[in-house]
Amino acid sequence: MEEVKLLGTWSSPFSYRVLWALELKGIPYQYTEEDLYNKSPFLVKCNPVHKKIPVLVHGGKPICESMVILEYLDGPWPHNPLLPSDPYERAVARFWAKFADDKGTVIWTMFRSTGEEQKEAVKGSLEMLRTIEDLALGDKKFFGGERIGMVDLAFGALAHWLGVFEEIVGIRLLEPESFPRLHKWTKNFKEEPAIKENLPDKDKMLSNFRCLREKLLASP
Amino acid sequence: MAGASSDLKLLGAGPSPYVNRVQIALNLKAVNYEFLEEKFGSKSELLLKSNPVHKKIPVLIHGDKPICESLIIVQYIDEVWASGPSILPSDPYDRALHRFWAAYIDDKFFTNVKELSTADGEEAKDAAVERIAEGMTLLEDALGKCGKGKPFFGGDNIGYLDIAFGSFLGWLRATEKLAGVTLFNEGKTPGLVAWADAFSSHEAVKDVIPEIDRLVELAKMFKARAQSQSAN
Repeated sequence: MEEVKLLGTWSSPFSYRVLWALELKGIPYQYTEEDLYNKSPFLVKCNPVHKKIPVLVHGGKPICESMVILEYLDGPWPHNPLLPSDPYERAVARFWAKFADDKGTVIWTMFRSTGEEQKEAVKGSLEMLRTIEDLALGDKKFFGGERIGMVDLAFGALAHWLGVFEEIVGIRLLEPESFPRLHKWTKNFKEEPAIKENLPDKDKMLSNFRCLREKLLASP
Repeated sequence: MAGASSDLKLLGAGPSPYVNRVQIALNLKAVNYEFLEEKFGSKSELLLKSNPVHKKIPVLIHGDKPICESLIIVQYIDEVWASGPSILPSDPYDRALHRFWAAYIDDKFFTNVKELSTADGEEAKDAAVERIAEGMTLLEDALGKCGKGKPFFGGDNIGYLDIAFGSFLGWLRATEKLAGVTLFNEGKTPGLVAWADAFSSHEAVKDVIPEIDRLVELAKMFKARAQSQSAN
């Protein structure tokens, strides 16, 4: 069994996407917490192009970009697959995973901005949530159906990080009355043992991100 | 098992590199399809119905199922017509490399190219060319790692990353002409220079990528339109 290493950070939802996947598949791994203000030579060697986490290292070979890593995992570890087997369903899953990546940044914009820019970002975030609520989930327990799949992991930030950002900026986006399906999904998602046992501490997140927001707003 | 023409429709427009990706993939698999050209500046009912989230081309409609996003469509084609030549490599790690670099091309590389085409003044232009040159160096290295000495990123034949990158060749050459710069440098990235020729002349590609002069005209038209819109 070749060694698996995960380079990540405790507060990054992208890092958690991979961690959750490893836990769901029961893959043993060695986790290294990276300091992004002082990047390790190993991280830079593994990801010279972006110098970002997460990085998965399998048998010495690095794989970068969280969604590329998730697609990779079903290869050597086909049990508890993250993607469906039907080509059309796989295309639909990939579509929503890409949507999570492309549109998800608007929530970060809401978090790190004020005034007009934040207002626009709030609008964009609500539109994004509306699209997911109306078109992506249906009446399934998870985006992946009965079991958590790649799309659930891709949207994982909505289940835990969004609440933290909402509390810090004082804006509620994911109201249960407006987004009943999505709200129920966040509960189901966080109840799964592999997820429940692997979530960053909420108070630590609040303190960390509050600090980060101040820093971002203070810099030009 | 090729799909019947009526069973497979591609909503697109000839000059779009994203649409070209799908055309190349369908050609590689020798699959027949009906091409429905979307008119520039308007979106058909079928497009709005098939891609309600983004309202963008390309959309592949297989039977009654729409598939959106160019690289997702390419993977779908590879998986459905599995008996044809493989587009994605069989080894999971090689697949990860192709996906990583395709994401780099879409997220970073082509943004740099667009910045060159809209750059105002020599300084901005030089900075944009510098960024693109850095990207080309990375991609030259990737060609070696993925292709392992063979002509394509996919090895002996065109693969996923060839399609992802190569679909932009027309626009890259058009940008070179418009900006008066050389992006494909024989001295710095000889592998990519050879690759670009091999890709463009491939059976599955040569009738797909539009003539450079046509793209140059289109680019001028877009620029003029953008300038008149911002002036109003």
